[in-house]
Amino acid sequence: MTDPVLEVFELTKSFGAVAASDGLTFSVKRGEIHALIGPNGAGKTTAIGQLSGEIQPDSGRVRFDGQDVTHMPTYRRAQLGLQRSYQITSLFPEFTAEDNVAMAIQAQQGHSFQFWARAKRDASLRQPARLALGRVGLEDKANIKVTELAHGEQRQLELAMVLATGPTMLLLDEPMAGMGQSESLAMMEILRPLKGEVGILLVEHDMDVVFALADVVSVLVKGTVLMTGTPEQVRANAEVRKAYLGDED
Amino acid sequence: MTLVLFLEQTLNGLQQGVMLFLMAAGLTLVFGIMHLINLAHGSLYMVGAYVTASVTMASGNFAVGVVAGMAAAGVVGMAVELLALRRLYGRDHLDQVLATFGVILTFNELTKIIWGAQAMFLSTPEWLSGTVEIIPGAPYPAYRLFIIAIGLTVGLGLRHLIVNTRLGMLIRAGATTREMVGALGVDIDRLFTVVFGIGAMLAGLAGAMAGPMLAIEVGMGEKILILTFVVIIIGGIGSVRGALVGALLVGLVDTFGRAFLPLIMRAFFDPATADSVGASMSSMTIYVLMALVLIWRPRGLFQAYGG
Amino acid sequence: MALQFSRRTVVHAIGLAVMVTLPVVADAAGNPFLTTVASRVLIYAIAAVSLDIILGFGAMVSFGHGAFFGIGAYVVGILTHHAFNGSVVPFLPGEWMGTTSAILQWPLAILVSGFFALIIGALSLRTQGVYFIMITLAFAQMLYYLMISLPTYGGEDGLNLWERSHLAPFDLYDEQQFYYLTLALLLAFVALTRRIVNSRFGMVLKGCKQNEPRMKALGFATYRYKLTAFVIAGMGAGLAGALAANHTEFVGPGMMHWTRSGEIMVMVILGGMGTVVGPILGAATLLMMEEVLSQYTEHWMVILGPFLVVVVLFLRGGIYGWLVGQTPEQDREQGDD
Repeated sequence: MTDPVLEVFELTKSFGAVAASDGLTFSVKRGEIHALIGPNGAGKTTAIGQLSGEIQPDSGRVRFDGQDVTHMPTYRRAQLGLQRSYQITSLFPEFTAEDNVAMAIQAQQGHSFQFWARAKRDASLRQPARLALGRVGLEDKANIKVTELAHGEQRQLELAMVLATGPTMLLLDEPMAGMGQSESLAMMEILRPLKGEVGILLVEHDMDVVFALADVVSVLVKGTVLMTGTPEQVRANAEVRKAYLGDED
Repeated sequence: MTLVLFLEQTLNGLQQGVMLFLMAAGLTLVFGIMHLINLAHGSLYMVGAYVTASVTMASGNFAVGVVAGMAAAGVVGMAVELLALRRLYGRDHLDQVLATFGVILTFNELTKIIWGAQAMFLSTPEWLSGTVEIIPGAPYPAYRLFIIAIGLTVGLGLRHLIVNTRLGMLIRAGATTREMVGALGVDIDRLFTVVFGIGAMLAGLAGAMAGPMLAIEVGMGEKILILTFVVIIIGGIGSVRGALVGALLVGLVDTFGRAFLPLIMRAFFDPATADSVGASMSSMTIYVLMALVLIWRPRGLFQAYGG
Repeated sequence: MALQFSRRTVVHAIGLAVMVTLPVVADAAGNPFLTTVASRVLIYAIAAVSLDIILGFGAMVSFGHGAFFGIGAYVVGILTHHAFNGSVVPFLPGEWMGTTSAILQWPLAILVSGFFALIIGALSLRTQGVYFIMITLAFAQMLYYLMISLPTYGGEDGLNLWERSHLAPFDLYDEQQFYYLTLALLLAFVALTRRIVNSRFGMVLKGCKQNEPRMKALGFATYRYKLTAFVIAGMGAGLAGALAANHTEFVGPGMMHWTRSGEIMVMVILGGMGTVVGPILGAATLLMMEEVLSQYTEHWMVILGPFLVVVVLFLRGGIYGWLVGQTPEQDREQGDD
């Protein structure tokens, strides 16, 4: 139970002259909430992109659940249980909230080369979808179109979608981006019970969230990991303060 | 196949390439900067041809005709931009394709109304209708050399404009950071209209020069439009350098294909069949070229805004 | 239960009534030519609905759809040609001399177009956006030039069909029978499309249209689904082509030209993208406008051109959307019941 679910070795990615990832190495244990923090431009989103498969690294390796997935396309990783949420909300705008979650569930139920039965009446999709919405508190918004949801509700929907798939590991890119205080607290309460069940790599700016949720913190500076430790260790570390916490207003 | 023949076809390919470049430069700039797919670009070429023909025949002076053709295309282009196309910026490509398709239909019909449905023919002006022995032993039409010369001059001028002038800097900036340019106090709408106008004039120039070589008729715009799109796709949308490389590549491949495929086919078929098969195969070559390029490089050869 | 008919149901009912009674009414009014024109509308409606599958639901802007229409037509044309001449069909095993039987021709037309759609789609779907538009256009042009170059099959002038297909017990020369047969095929195709679009497969397409990167992130191999849709659409166009060949008793390379694809696309947009039924209205409107306007002036394009621009810029849901009073997305929600 304590073997790593995600291992990252020496990931390197450059865009022109800029090295967004420079020998990135860390690992996430099963069921662990692992926060990834760092100043702006440290390369957090690029890192997530390489883990999800949307960006191809120049060199290095990624192992997920015992398999080398470095060059595996995104959709295959998702099928294996590695799911990602987005910092900038990425939903299906014309679908309802329930449709969105049903889509996520459908992806996990084998192939979709079914042409006859109506998908919107398929209980094996709709029921779990409603349950997932309930988990994040969006039950009564099930039939509302995404474009009519408030920003906070859309962020909740993002989370509901990835949770509904029963993932082995989640890559959460600033899940609370743009949310107010109470909404963030609510979301933390949804994430907290996942400890022990689902490995989570959490990219976050909000230090309160990090200290409340994370088991382990890795500090990313200029594309490489400066240090990894418990939240307290990171808070106390002088170099980290200088590189990061010191710059924060 | 002799060296002389080869050189002649190379020059032909260059000439065709240069014409395509004039068309492609405008189209790729408009796409790269305003993100507008403009199917009506071919119509501006047609306007250039028709106006040049009419003015030349009326005035007896080709140079005047060409200037008139360019000006007409530029003015018409900017008018269409102001009235209709400007609403399409930011719309999805499908909307743009359809709306500009509608513009083509309108222009074609208006042309028929003004000039009639019969094709027009313009003869090569006196002072350009001779030959030059640029290849020893093989006199080459002066008019085609003229086109190559004009095209290369325009190419250099365009490069100078983009790299060395303030307008060029705005164009390059507008391509990457539209809002920033606007925030700096530049009238972005006017910039777009100017860019569009430049593209339109280049198309008009191409049409003007094409006059003496082709039948001037409704539908000539669509034929060259397709080739132009092939050029910018191969070259990479938004890249003027790509437009040049793509245009020369397409011009040469097409010319060599037409010249030599029928000959090659004679090894397999009788002369009559060979010619007919060769002719249509050569029509296909540039599409095959484009398909191959896209399979290898799904976004064309050069990145946008490569200058 | 109070009878509550939505606008949508009313529009559908009226449309269906008109389509079913048209030949009878036309005959009674002493204008049987109208039936022939209407058949043409139905044929193009099938092509337009097939394009809507990939355009309206999958957001694949294919400028090569005319190619599949033309292929379907040429299959029928070539088979009839050989049957009529008593000559052997080249490049095929055995000594088959073609056929005029619709039972053989039409499914073959569908399969052959589907096959070409598979190849063209497999290559084109590696690209996206405007590159996709252009490469589909290129393939259509390649086929166009190919057909021009084959003198056996008419080359540039095209091929006349000296016989319409045989489909016992129907007489396809009878305009009314031809009309009703085409109508039946159209309605069947629409029903099929409707099921496809509301199925799991259809949801994947709709998802790809809205946010393809997210679809991949969720675990869908989007390329396979788009390709499948592309092939289905191609087969639909092939069926339309087979019918067209019969209707005009002629096939020509022009059927594959990119401007033909443009016309079909206009029908879809005009009628209402992503509505399944909208393209029927679009085909009707465009072809009727051609018929009517061309009687007033040969320059009817001057009116159609700006009309098209206006519709694109302002009438977002197409004519169908305007009639039904909703955006296509809202309509689709209702349509799923």
